[in-house]
Amino acid sequence: MMTLKVNGRDHQVDAEPDTPLLYVLRDDLGLNAAKFGCGLGQCGSCTVIVDGKAVLSCVTPLALLDGKQVTTLEGLGSVAEPAPIQRAFMEEQAAQCGYCIAGMMMRAQALLQRVRKPTDEQIRAELGPHLCRCGTHMRIVRAVHRAARLMDTASLAPVKEGSAQ
Amino acid sequence: MKKKSGIIGGILAVLLVGGAAVAFAIAWRPAIAAIDPGARQTFDPALVKRGRELAAIGNCNSCHTVRGGKNFAGGLAVPTPFGAVFSSNITPDPETGIGSWPEEAFRRAMRAGVDREGRHLYPTFPYDHFTNVSDDDDRALYAFLMTRAPVRAPARENQLSFPFNQRLVVAGWKLLFLRRGTYQPDPSKSAEWNHGAYLVQGLAHCGACHTPRNALGAERPSASFAGGDVDNWHAYAINTQSPAPVPWDADALSTYLREGVHPDHGTARGPMAEVVSNLSAVPASDVHAIATYMADVFGAPSPDRKRQGEAVVAQAKPGAASVPDSEGAKIYAGACASCHESSRPPPYGGIHLSLSTAISASNPRNLANIVLSGVRPVEGERSPIMPSFAASMNDREIAVLLKYLRSRFSQQPAWSDLERMITEARRTQTAFVQNSAGPDNAPADPAQRDKP
Repeated sequence: MMTLKVNGRDHQVDAEPDTPLLYVLRDDLGLNAAKFGCGLGQCGSCTVIVDGKAVLSCVTPLALLDGKQVTTLEGLGSVAEPAPIQRAFMEEQAAQCGYCIAGMMMRAQALLQRVRKPTDEQIRAELGPHLCRCGTHMRIVRAVHRAARLMDTASLAPVKEGSAQ
Repeated sequence: MKKKSGIIGGILAVLLVGGAAVAFAIAWRPAIAAIDPGARQTFDPALVKRGRELAAIGNCNSCHTVRGGKNFAGGLAVPTPFGAVFSSNITPDPETGIGSWPEEAFRRAMRAGVDREGRHLYPTFPYDHFTNVSDDDDRALYAFLMTRAPVRAPARENQLSFPFNQRLVVAGWKLLFLRRGTYQPDPSKSAEWNHGAYLVQGLAHCGACHTPRNALGAERPSASFAGGDVDNWHAYAINTQSPAPVPWDADALSTYLREGVHPDHGTARGPMAEVVSNLSAVPASDVHAIATYMADVFGAPSPDRKRQGEAVVAQAKPGAASVPDSEGAKIYAGACASCHESSRPPPYGGIHLSLSTAISASNPRNLANIVLSGVRPVEGERSPIMPSFAASMNDREIAVLLKYLRSRFSQQPAWSDLERMITEARRTQTAFVQNSAGPDNAPADPAQRDKP
């Protein structure tokens, strides 16, 4: 049994310490936003935020999460109350099949928490590790810019207790 | 008394003037008349093509092209213990490049480290090796460079401390360390071996990274290929002291140098990624010659070493892992094993880590670098890939992991300064990620290999 802090809540998790975080999120906690793509840390669709940094949850064993804060897309906002990054992706219609988008949003969120107004180049470099075979790349870049503006006009980052910091 | 002091004064003056004259004679080099850059020279396309291959063997772009910058326009800061030296513009721009240099001036720069105007060049430009390059090869390199697009890019001021900012000092350095003809053909060896030796000791300048340097920044001939430190990476010993778990042979070296990866050794990273990227674009015969000579430098493995290597390859199979018990084992199982014990051959799978030279090396720096930065995929190429773990592991966790890897996958004693090395690797991580292997630094598109 270990305590895993996800989206501001403590969860008692009964899993081996070498279990990848992604499996626990999806199978034990029912948090399905992070996707299983390759399982090898090569596609980015499983990205979540741990202590403010974008992390590939499929190659992050529980052993590395003791005392750390995990944030998933569910922790940023909901359908009723989307976070700026989610609103921006919807408003720009930045998803086609959408499989990679949850991971993209998480890394973009981590970037925006670090850099309030990233340049095109910074966004492209940051999202480099994310694979996407659809055709929305330009919209994704626009959505990150839009999210930056939304965060600027609303309060900065998400304010929920224990969310990404 | 007065007369005596006058004599002493006279002697002193003579000594001073004489000394100055000797120093002048040693240090002074004449300028070579500029050519008219407007009068465009024509070169045989075959010569230009050979020049392109030689420039790749010489790894010229690694220093003379900055990431994202124009080819061969210079401007890269090369760190040395004496300060930073900036690489020069070697495009044929007449004012800021070598557009006004006749071939004679180019050859003198390669051979003696002097620019067209007669100024001594700093030995960050490895003329201690390039002095071995033949007239024909210098001509081909010249033809290649003079047919590149000229780029206007003024030289950047070197950041050297006194007295190293005085170019005269370089003349003294050359007296001590610049030896002409360090390559001598060995008639008892094959033509291929000799061609390889010529390339390795000359243009390819392998020793510039792989041979340790003395206090004055010169390679130590007594420790040839015994390993060195460069740009925050460790260049492994590539002689009999090689830490590779499986001994290298000519065929493995040839594959690795030209393809960037070998199933028994893994992939080239750090500054070596640029080298293999360049070598992918040169004829296989040149690379095989380099491999043939270097296999001899590595030395034939002793029967014992050979047996150990075979045992490592035999054991390097997935599933042999013990049940995870320590924290390091758990991190390894969750973060590393899915690729490194996948039984997919490289480049799509990672090598079994008992084959890893980084883990068996005397110095943990390269392993720390790789874990922190990962291996970036190369656009449009089949290339190895590994995620960065800088965000998911802190320094303590990386230390725990590296200790475990060392004890499970090598026969070597534990590293002593692991924690310090990891902290240092994280500190310099951003710098080397920005400077090292760019997206075009990988095996080139084979279809492009024969184009001039």
